[in-house]
Order: sequence, then structure tokens, then C-alpha cells
Amino acid sequence: MKNFRFPKSPTGIQGLDEITNGGIPKNRPTLLLGNTGSGKTILAMEFLVNGIVLFDEPAVFMAFEEKKEDLLMNLKSLGYNLDTHIANNKIYIEQVLINPDEMRETGMYDLEGLFVRLEQAIYKVMAKRVVLDSLDILFYGLDNKILRSEFLRLLTWLKKMKVTAIITSEIGDHFLTHMGIEEYVADCVIALDNRVTNQIATRRLRIVKYRGSFHGNNEYPFTIDEKGISVYPIISEEFQQEPTSKRISSGIKDLDDMLGKKGFYEGSSILISGTAGTGKTSTAASFAHSVCKAKKRCLFCAFEEAPKQIIRNMGSIGFHLDPLVKSGILTFYYSRPSLQNLELHFIAIKKIINEIKPTVVILDPITNLMTEGPNSDIRSMLTRFIDFLKTQHITVMFTAAITVGSIERNPSDEGISSMVDTWMMVQDIEIDAERRRSLCVMKSRGMAHSTEMRKFKISSKGITLLPIVANSKGPLADSKRKAKEHDNLSTSKESIWVNESPFNENTK
Amino acid sequence: MSKKITDNLKVNTQASNDKGEKYIICLFVSGNLPNSARAVVNIKAICEKYLKDRYELEIIDIYQHPDLAITEQIVALPVLIKKFPKPEERMVGDLSNTEEVLKGLGLV
Repeated sequence: MKNFRFPKSPTGIQGLDEITNGGIPKNRPTLLLGNTGSGKTILAMEFLVNGIVLFDEPAVFMAFEEKKEDLLMNLKSLGYNLDTHIANNKIYIEQVLINPDEMRETGMYDLEGLFVRLEQAIYKVMAKRVVLDSLDILFYGLDNKILRSEFLRLLTWLKKMKVTAIITSEIGDHFLTHMGIEEYVADCVIALDNRVTNQIATRRLRIVKYRGSFHGNNEYPFTIDEKGISVYPIISEEFQQEPTSKRISSGIKDLDDMLGKKGFYEGSSILISGTAGTGKTSTAASFAHSVCKAKKRCLFCAFEEAPKQIIRNMGSIGFHLDPLVKSGILTFYYSRPSLQNLELHFIAIKKIINEIKPTVVILDPITNLMTEGPNSDIRSMLTRFIDFLKTQHITVMFTAAITVGSIERNPSDEGISSMVDTWMMVQDIEIDAERRRSLCVMKSRGMAHSTEMRKFKISSKGITLLPIVANSKGPLADSKRKAKEHDNLSTSKESIWVNESPFNENTK
Repeated sequence: MSKKITDNLKVNTQASNDKGEKYIICLFVSGNLPNSARAVVNIKAICEKYLKDRYELEIIDIYQHPDLAITEQIVALPVLIKKFPKPEERMVGDLSNTEEVLKGLGLV
């Protein structure tokens, strides 16, 4: 019994097969619930098209809702061209016109006509996959008793026909949830949702029920783009790779020194937060530069400045990125946040990652993505993204812009900082009536790191981190400073400053 | 019960008669299933009573002509379709509610 596995029919949809552990129940009907515009039709159609293309399973699509021509047109706009499949007898689409208004009830009836048509359609192409879209239209205006018995009959009939079927239905005020039919008749129920929060629509998918199978029971965001549907699952622990103790240089020698003298861990996540103009992008670019110089690929995702501008600006401080881009070792991804929403960004980035397999990914800045939606969404999406990168063993660096005065309170910042392995803060501080850039390592998991706040100097030769001179009587003697630093490195605990202001500590 | 109601109905047998129009009606059934069998009996009775000598009734078994289910867009069965006089009218069910049938046929 332990090794028994429910036969499953892979949907071929990115992410969905992962959270369902292999697809939807084979030769059984699955209910796909969702409001208008939540993507039911597209998901169902993708299931069919993938079935034809990937698994050589012919398909039948019964359209109750849309006209066949409209349906084909809509699908074409999403990159599905069904003409050849239709011509090859791989898919059969039948439009079932239902107009309850012109139907007069004169006594007992059933939906035998539908069964006759469905059977005919299935035999026409010898279909293995069937979609009925959507049930509500079919059952609209039907007497509850007939509806219930016909629905049950339909499910039994589909099982008997040995087809893997998706039946779509709207949720909400309609019969299914009201009558609780799906609770005991369908083996698998998937719910889609298109929620609008802060004017940003996010599509979500949830496996409500899957009889006899483990499944992820969270809500997973998904997107529909020209490449079809992608569900963004949380990657389960078992897929996580062993963390390594290998280190990767930050590209700034002084920073490496602060990080236990070796730099970041490979495959870890690094956050640089700071107010505007404190050198976040420069730090990131320095990292990218050093990674590329070591002949490793880097993906630089710019959400604020255009790549050309970054290249120009970084050239002025000694990081010549242009040749790296030309040689293909450094790749820029540039998109303004308003163009797509967060999940689309991540999916686009994920696609590039799968293409170029970078060692390091830089997101600059992540806060620009954050204007996009409420925080909880971003957190869960970022967590997933970080998880994804970890499985790929990719080191990721985010920059986050924060506003002056909100350093301790910034909710988004708190949100991210708990997810990352290494958190550095760059800020302007006032020393002896002078504003200076400073950098400190707020936390760095699994390594002894400096707790010192360093002066952050950007010059045409790159970035250097110097000890801060607290009084104007000249720097501490080098030996003294080193001793103090050594002290810090050997005694420091992880993120001891998280709840205190580093600013006060260092400038007293 | 239903018989009593129909007895009191004012059946307009005259209007269509004047034009000498023939009723063309099709009854789609699913084999010999109870609803279908009842529908056949009912429609024959109704036609004889209200449309005597001025109707053409065709009874089609959808199992024998499944392609007609598509061209006629049939889902619910049995279904009676009044093809003529226009407008086309559809009545689903076993036709036991004579009043509804007569309404559908435009005889009330």
C-alpha cells in the first residue's frame, strides 16, 4: 500500500505537476473552480494542448461558454495555434449552445443529448483528455434535482469512458459550493482566483482536494503569458541542496575581511539596504564585476536604472562592465516595475536563469518591485524566489532602498532581512558635523563577521571600507584597530545589532 | 389533474387554421428511456386533440442519429422542437404538462 501510487496524468504546466505530485488523476474528472477571468479556460486548454504535444493524447473540448471562433481567437493571442491539431484530428472542439431562456420545461428530462455528443466527440479523435467549459452555463436554469443527478451521472460516465477530464465551474454564488457536490464526488478539485489588491491583480491556484494523493495545499501564484501558464510553487525541503562552505568574494577586499575574511557563502542570499545614494548599486556592481572577472556568469536585474546608465556610471568608479556584457558573461535584465507585476518579473527572470545558468543573480533594487503589491505577497514571492535560487545554487544579492529615518521601522526591510543570509546596511551618518557614507554588516549567518561600522568610500578606483574616525584627533593606531577588529571577529554573534541602532553604538 | 386544466383552456385552433398552415414539429428522444417513451405518447395525444390533420410530427431517436444532436444543438432530452410556424420553439421534458406544451406550440 505504501508504494501504491495513484495513476496521474501530467498537465505539462510548469509548477502544477510539482504541487500535484505528478498531475491530475488519470482517467478521472477533475473540477477546476474559479471566477470569471481567473484563467480556467486557458489552464484547461493548456492541459489539452500539452497532452497532444507532449504525451500524444488526443483531446476534446466542449465549449459551453464561448463561441468556437472566439475561443480559437483568444487562444491564438496567447500563442496556441490549434489549427494544425484540429487538422490532424488531435483535438476536437465542439460548441454546445445553451439558451435556457428559450427552453420550456414540460416535464421530466435529462441531459442525454450531451452524453451522446460527448461520446461521439471522444470517438471522433479517440480522446484521452476532455474538457467541459463551463458547467455553470450547462446547468444554468436547471432544476436542482436534475442538476445533481446529472452531474453525478456525468462524473461516473467520464470515469467509465476512461478519459482524464477537467470540468470548469465558477465558484461563488453558484450551485457547486452551495450544494457541496464536489466535496464527495470529484477526486481532485483545483481552485483558481484572480484577486486584486492595491490595484494589482494576482492569479492564484490552490489544490482544494486531491483524493489519495499528497499535494501542496498553499495558494500558489501563477501567471499567464505568451508561453502559457506557470505556477510558482514553493520548493519543498527535499529538493534543497546541501549548503556548501565555499565562499565567494564580494569584490571588495575590505568587505570580505569584514565577512570573516572570506566573503559570502556561495549560494547564499545577500541584502544591501540603505537610503538613496549610499552606494548600493555600486556595491552590487562591484560584486558582479568580480564574479565576471572570475569567469563566472552573472545576471544583473535592473529595475531602476537602465543597463546603459549603470555601465556608464560604474565605469566612472573603475568597474568596466561593457566588455563583460559583450563577452556574454554578464547579462542584464531590465524592466520597469510598472510594466509587469512581481510574479511576472520572477518568472521572466527564472526563464533567463534557466537559459544562462548564472552563478550570481543581482536584483537592483528589490524595493522597486515592492511598490507593486502588498507586503505579504512580496514576502512569500521573494521567499519562493530565494528558495528557487538556493536549489540552483545561485548566490543572490538584492539591494533595497529605504527612506531616511525608517531604517528601524521599514516593514518591507524587516520582512526581507529575516529571509536573507547576509544583511548589510549602507547609510549616511553624521560624524563631527560631516555626512559620510558608512557600511555595516547587520548579520551574516554562519560566519564570524565584523560588527564594526566602516566608512564607505567610493572612488575612481573602486570601493574601500575604512575604519570610522570617531574623533577628529586622527585615526586609531592601525595595530589597535586591527586588535579591535580581531576582537569583533572572534566574539561576534549573528546579527547582534538587529534590534539596536548601530548608529548610536558607533558614534558615542 | 392536468387534463382538467387543459379542458378549461381556450385553445386557439382557429388562428392558424385560417392560413391553412401546417405545424411541423420534431420530437427528439433518447431511445426507449422512460421520459422519451412518455413524451412520444403525450405528443401524439396532443397533436391528435389540438392539431388534427394539420401537423407533421417527426420522431427522431438521437441514438440513431447522433450527428443531429450537434446540428440541432441538443443537450436536454426529450425535446420537442416546433419548426413551423415560426418562431422556432423548444420544449424539453416528457411533455406531461400539456398547458406548457400548448403555450410552446402557440396554441394558447
